Amino acid sequence: MKIISFIAVILCVPLMLSAQKDERPVGRLTGNFNLEAWYYFKDSVIGTEVPPEKTLMNSYANFRYDYGQFTAGIRYEGYLNTLQGFDRANDGAGIPYRYLNYKNDQVEFTVGNFYDQFGNGLILRAWEDKNIDYDNAFEGVQVKFNPANGVYLKGLYGKQRTYFELGEGIVRGIDGEINLNELFDTLSVSKSRIVLGGSFVSKFQKDENIQYNLPENVAAFAGRLSFQHGLFLLKGEYAHKINDPSADNNLIFKDGDALLVNASWSIGSFGGILGAKWVDNMSFRSDYRAVDKNLQINYLPSITQNHAYSLIAMYPYATQLTGEAGVQGELFYRLKRKTPLGGKYGTLISVGYSRINDIERKTEGLANDTLGYETDFLSVSDQLLYDDFNVKIERKFSRKFKAILMGQYLSYNKKYIEGKGGMVYAKAGVLDLSYKIKPRHTLKLEQQILVTEQDRGDWYSAMIEYTVSPHWFFSVMNQYNYGNSDKNMRVNYYTLSMGYNKSGNRIQLNFGKQREGVVCVGGVCRQVPSAYGAYLTLTSTF
Amino acid sequence: MRSIILGVFLLAAAGLFAQDIPSVNVKSLSGEIVNTNTFANDGKPMIISLWATWCKPCVKELDAYNDYYADWVDETGVKVFAISTDDSRSSSRVAPYVNARGWEIPVYLDENSDFKRAMNVANVPHTFLLDGKGKVVWQHTSYVEGDEEELYEKLLELSK
Repeated sequence: MKIISFIAVILCVPLMLSAQKDERPVGRLTGNFNLEAWYYFKDSVIGTEVPPEKTLMNSYANFRYDYGQFTAGIRYEGYLNTLQGFDRANDGAGIPYRYLNYKNDQVEFTVGNFYDQFGNGLILRAWEDKNIDYDNAFEGVQVKFNPANGVYLKGLYGKQRTYFELGEGIVRGIDGEINLNELFDTLSVSKSRIVLGGSFVSKFQKDENIQYNLPENVAAFAGRLSFQHGLFLLKGEYAHKINDPSADNNLIFKDGDALLVNASWSIGSFGGILGAKWVDNMSFRSDYRAVDKNLQINYLPSITQNHAYSLIAMYPYATQLTGEAGVQGELFYRLKRKTPLGGKYGTLISVGYSRINDIERKTEGLANDTLGYETDFLSVSDQLLYDDFNVKIERKFSRKFKAILMGQYLSYNKKYIEGKGGMVYAKAGVLDLSYKIKPRHTLKLEQQILVTEQDRGDWYSAMIEYTVSPHWFFSVMNQYNYGNSDKNMRVNYYTLSMGYNKSGNRIQLNFGKQREGVVCVGGVCRQVPSAYGAYLTLTSTF
Repeated sequence: MRSIILGVFLLAAAGLFAQDIPSVNVKSLSGEIVNTNTFANDGKPMIISLWATWCKPCVKELDAYNDYYADWVDETGVKVFAISTDDSRSSSRVAPYVNARGWEIPVYLDENSDFKRAMNVANVPHTFLLDGKGKVVWQHTSYVEGDEEELYEKLLELSK
């Protein structure tokens, strides 16, 4: 309640001032509201349970007030109680996010909660995504300073959010970036653009471990470079972390390293990317005991593709914080319209490949050593964790008819990534057709198949969606696990949905069974856990 | 207490006016830091669309805008700003992806979703139509085929 009155006063003062003087800036209040509520049913086959509450709900609302160079904001969050598939540690309600901010052309201050990212995030990234139950916002102070054209400095002190609490560690960080073309007038028109950056982050946690003498201050630093010439871009970042024994690395004292390199280029209707990543012992958290998604200070981006079709994304890959070596490449090519191959409206072809292996660890003679293991920089072991090869063709045949055809070959080391099962080899395909029946009325048929000898076997999925722009959509979807070696588990995961949109508002009703994964319905994509029930979602931006 | 808070919110809401684009740093595809409060179009309408390369409906929406873009610009002078929310996992994909698709709309990167948060957007795609003064006059969340026609109608109303 104290927080609310505080915010109310903050909102009041500028309003009263603005009433007195007409030349003052005008205040502006904006925000959003989001709610998802489920009513659950039991299904003993897929193992869903009805919670004692029968119905569960996640919700949040942001309020943001802008007044000239000032901004104030809060986010109320309510988990009464937390939806299945999200961490029950969320249970409860409150205002875990509130901030005051001042910004002019040269400086910016934030007190309270804030998000930030240094470079690619290899040593620091605070961010949130409610759909995947992630929020590691800082609470503390943040300063940004722009002393000269093209020079950007920032620094922060903060503790990190974990559900409705703060972690006990303190994080301190500074970051600087120089855009040479902006800094030096002589380079301002150069076709080559160079950006340099560096950052330093340190965390402090009091050592109360009786068994080990743990470092209380742990530092990490990173340097980055981006070089661009016309439509060619080369970006790289290297990060190093000093000894940081933690639950993730079984309390070893070895340093950590990460290297991320990305190149991209475009020539005419051709585009491509190439990426490589190497990670060794780079989990970095503000509490050495934390696991899972909690209290992570850094972000190690996965260099695998983020697929939108549910069966193609059946076996998604997440970065192994303790070590991995990966490469990725993707090519995009547009066959020009009005050519024999390209057809009347043109055709798009994308080919993607990514592969992740474990790194090589040498433990010989290090059995009782606190370093745990040794590794050569950029070493790669034979242990395959993931590989994905896919081809996608998109073609518009007429003003009414469009089609997307996609094929994928995938290897997924379930044993290594999830700690159960074995290696999964799968082939998957998609045929996505959409036909405009009359203006604003579109019928979509999306079929997917996944074939594998391992894990849960083969799947077939079909979705029919009927949309009436700009307000309505209706869809029926079924995913059938027809190839499960256990005949009782050959389950149909069906979902009926309908939704209504108007300006910034959206309401959606669904009924059915959900398999965990990424689901895209009626124009919105999100990550969902497995569940059975009826649910309602409301979204409003105002 | 409650009535005070409500009163404050109502007062503030009544003050909705003028530049509706918050001041947030995004990056251009050539790496320059650009403040979103510099988005302008000489008093003509602007469209701001938040999207991501991994989001099918977003790509469909921008494909549709791109198909009509030349006509819209001729008729209304509109400018579209496509803000990609791809994070460092996929942000280096954006430029070649956009070029291969032949989009002629300016694209910016919002790698840590700062602009998305400032615009109170929950899910992508989310599109705003702003008048020549930078005031949001229409918005739409999600995309289904044909939504561009409603946007076009609103655009015409604005240009009258």
